[in-house]
Amino acid sequence: MAACGGAGCGPQCSSSSSAGGQEDALAESMGRLSTASAAAACGKCDGGGAAVAVAGGVGMCAGCFRAHLFGKFKLSVTSNAMVRPTDAVLLAFSGGPASRVALQFIHEMQSKAIQSWEASNSQALPVFSLGVAFVDERSVLSASLPGHEIQAAIEDIRSVVSGLSPGDKRVHIAPLEEVFSSGSDDKAARLKEVVGVISDETGRDDFVRRLRMLSLQKVALENGYTKIMLGTCASGIACHVLSATVKGQGYALPADVQYVDTRWEVPVVLPLHDCLAQELNLLCEIDSLKTQQLLDRPCSGINGLVSSFVSRLREENSSREHTILRTAQKLKPFSFNKFSANGYHDFLPSRLRPKFQNIDANECTFSEILCLICGSPFSESELLNLENTKLKAQKKIDLYTAHCCQSCHFQILPAATDMYGHFFSLLPKFWTEKVDAASASHSSLRDQIADYLLDEDDGN
Amino acid sequence: MDSSATDGARLPPPRAGSRLCVRCGERKAALKRPKTLEQICRECFYIIFEDEIHQTIVQNSLFKAGERVAIGASGGKDSTVLAYVLSELNRQHNYGLDLFLLSVDEGITGYRDDSLETVKRNEIQYGLPLKIVSYKDLYGWTMDDIVKAIGLKNNCTFCGVFRRQALDRGAALLKADKIVTGHNADDIAETVLLNILRGDIARLSRCTFITTGEDGPIPRCKPFKYTYEKEIVMYAYFKKLDYFSTECIYSPNAYRGFAREFIKDLERMRPRAILDIIKSGENFRISTTTRMPEQGTCERCGYISSQKLCKACVLLDGLNRGLPKLGIGSTKAGARADSDGKQRTKRSERNTSSLQGKHGNFDF
Repeated sequence: MAACGGAGCGPQCSSSSSAGGQEDALAESMGRLSTASAAAACGKCDGGGAAVAVAGGVGMCAGCFRAHLFGKFKLSVTSNAMVRPTDAVLLAFSGGPASRVALQFIHEMQSKAIQSWEASNSQALPVFSLGVAFVDERSVLSASLPGHEIQAAIEDIRSVVSGLSPGDKRVHIAPLEEVFSSGSDDKAARLKEVVGVISDETGRDDFVRRLRMLSLQKVALENGYTKIMLGTCASGIACHVLSATVKGQGYALPADVQYVDTRWEVPVVLPLHDCLAQELNLLCEIDSLKTQQLLDRPCSGINGLVSSFVSRLREENSSREHTILRTAQKLKPFSFNKFSANGYHDFLPSRLRPKFQNIDANECTFSEILCLICGSPFSESELLNLENTKLKAQKKIDLYTAHCCQSCHFQILPAATDMYGHFFSLLPKFWTEKVDAASASHSSLRDQIADYLLDEDDGN
Repeated sequence: MDSSATDGARLPPPRAGSRLCVRCGERKAALKRPKTLEQICRECFYIIFEDEIHQTIVQNSLFKAGERVAIGASGGKDSTVLAYVLSELNRQHNYGLDLFLLSVDEGITGYRDDSLETVKRNEIQYGLPLKIVSYKDLYGWTMDDIVKAIGLKNNCTFCGVFRRQALDRGAALLKADKIVTGHNADDIAETVLLNILRGDIARLSRCTFITTGEDGPIPRCKPFKYTYEKEIVMYAYFKKLDYFSTECIYSPNAYRGFAREFIKDLERMRPRAILDIIKSGENFRISTTTRMPEQGTCERCGYISSQKLCKACVLLDGLNRGLPKLGIGSTKAGARADSDGKQRTKRSERNTSSLQGKHGNFDF
């Protein structure tokens, strides 16, 4: 069950507005998009209808705007080989506009695939299957949000999903505390305790996001899913770019802003990578897609500050988020930011296969050391620190600590070093088991050469 | 900057019974250190402040004994403190540097002439020779003239480009081996963010370098790379250093750019965020598929440039031909602006202004 992974933006990132600000932001965004093309005709279908939105500098009617966004979604999926016919896809659903659109679009792709499959004679390839997961975070939410409102939201999600046919789709409600599956003690209490130990507001926020991803991984692994699809959009990614920069994670940042992330046991894909939150909000309005504003918690701390900053930049220049994204995409991605397993691309349409075959040929080994807590690849200085600690570590706690990146060290580990042991003991066991395994491997090597070591006082 | 100075001035006097310095444990704490929030006394602050800069200089091998070093001096707090501290460290640690002050006179009536008076006093106070080069002498235009020609919008672009080149030319004239500037940690963090926001990957890859232009005739160093702006103000305040703190009259709102404001908010929330941004900038790895502009020299004046003509010559050519907006913005954007009409141009200009830092663009 051990899953190493990265701190990508969770579904919550897909909508950066607070519940109260959501409606205002939507009204503003609609107003702004509409104003630019007031009374103008659609630039795409040439006079087919009044323009309601501007995307990519062109005024579009509702139908063309929708097709434009769907086209971006589909292009992301196909050009990055996100979904194969044999895949079982788990969509992370938060109820926000972005994941709602992602659900709608992936459902439409599935529907079309089913129709093609039924119409074809060969029926050689299956159609990918789809499930939906909602992470229930009631146990870490403040009392300001009553449990029964979340329950009502969950029922809404079930009805939305059951209304999408053809193609059966299971709904998985994943309580966050289920990540703490080992042992028989009270999981919710343990979750509360470990989160409570983190004194930095931003650190708590990032830690909960990490748990959310682990929760999705758990659901996926237990139910046979082969991909996890997030509703993270361009706006959320832009916020993450700045947040990671502010936290000193410039080295690791590219890992979280690509379309594909295979650090996880179940790879994570971001099909709405190129769509703006503003566009997705507008589409939900146009198509009357019901969203759950209730579940949108405002980011706090550094993340909240970054969110406000990006909103302000967007108001001033609507393409700023894309510029930030483009900058980040010029940074070097990691080997796990693409699919490279042998034979992975075999099911692709023949016209796409040559592109990926070149990638397969250049396959390189995944050799990054990842942070124990957030899964970020270690920078050179962090690696040096880790190597030094391995040489002289007397306690497991020291190894665990050295396996945390500098950002997590500062904002997630307790300020008092004597609290480290307590903190690590609260974590789900499979987190520290990876370090134990690596440490055991190192000890084993040491044992083999122990007879030849001169310094007899040295010993773990 | 004014608010920073004022904040410094408002520091409460040490109260009877206030806690002791966490460093020496002997004297009363006089301040809370902006970088770490430690409560320390004045003397320990001097030691820490100077020693951190010394460590930065040594660890990055900024200087060699015998080098002639030009200190870019504007009269503002950063360069004034830099001149003072560098002079002190040169004496304490026997760097063996030949230091002098180098100022650029942009020709801004009511602002630069007053700030240069400050530098002239610094020359006497610190015993460092001063050389002033002016836009008028180098380019034939003062900033007053330029603003008359093009108005307030975009004048910072001219000033930033000209000033950078003027500093290099002045240093060459006086046979300097190195130039040091007072860019501080806040400036560099801001530049990292601005380059991300603007999509400027070329600058993003080099804006955290502590030394730039090592391939060129006169390298340029930033000893204050890891020094917080608030600490510079605090140091100047306690040492009673004489500096000029008025903002440039032609860019009164530049100080309140979005990115600067954001960085100040970050610093309040998490002081180390400024160093973290710099660390991120240092750790970014540019994809090798990204094409980086090639360095060459301007065919007219010989200054370093990735184009046939350097930016200063392009701008100067525009001024001299009575077409001052020539060279403002990229060629592609210019062409598009023309075709889209006034609306786009207006929006474009407005967009540019809010992402400028203080004194316009940082040409790191």
